[in-house]
Amino acid sequence: MTVTPTIRVQHEDFDLQTEVDLLTKGKPGVGAIVTFSGLCRDGGGTLAALELEHYPGMAEAELRRISDLAIARFGLLGFTAIHRYGKIAVGENIVLVIAAAPHRQAAFDGANFVMDFLKTAAPFWKKEHARDGAAGDWVAAKDADDTARDKWK
Amino acid sequence: MTRLVYFAWVRERIGKGEEEIDLPSSVVTVTDLLNHLKTLGEEYETALQYPEVIRVALDMEHVEHDESISGAREIGIFPPMTGG
Repeated sequence: MTVTPTIRVQHEDFDLQTEVDLLTKGKPGVGAIVTFSGLCRDGGGTLAALELEHYPGMAEAELRRISDLAIARFGLLGFTAIHRYGKIAVGENIVLVIAAAPHRQAAFDGANFVMDFLKTAAPFWKKEHARDGAAGDWVAAKDADDTARDKWK
Repeated sequence: MTRLVYFAWVRERIGKGEEEIDLPSSVVTVTDLLNHLKTLGEEYETALQYPEVIRVALDMEHVEHDESISGAREIGIFPPMTGG
């Protein structure tokens, strides 16, 4: 049976429980759910918000490609990836991934794998908005993200 | 005509999000394309000053800089990604 991931790129917020319920409905073989939520943090008190830009079409395609890889590699029974764009205030959700599997290890690995690849391959970019209203900078990519991705080779 | 789309600080520095462009036949690879764009004006020069950090997608698929751009309808040019 082919497992098709649920992929959404949207400005609207998401609800964790609603998405988990949607994913597990009609899948009695699921014994483990791992969710990861990424939030906008305050940068030590300096940030008011992040502005997320994306490449429409390619963002969805990359999330789907990476999710498909995780489903195949870890034998997942279901997967959801939701990524928001636009202006997101401190404390709000940015991203959600949910991995469903028979057992916990595959679910942990699936969620972890997708986040590692999403950060380096899904076309999203963050711009900072400072609390003092100053024009923000674009967030720089981290070498640590490449290192995290490369451990899955 | 090839459609070019720019994102994040590449878009800001070039000053537009997209354009249709006629590429000379000498432009074969991604590297050739970036070098050609740098000749189009100061804003392109600024945006593409360090071509090694620039990421490129042909019809929404990531490619390396030695890849041929032949047949691509849309070419995305952008900085390293920072989502998640």
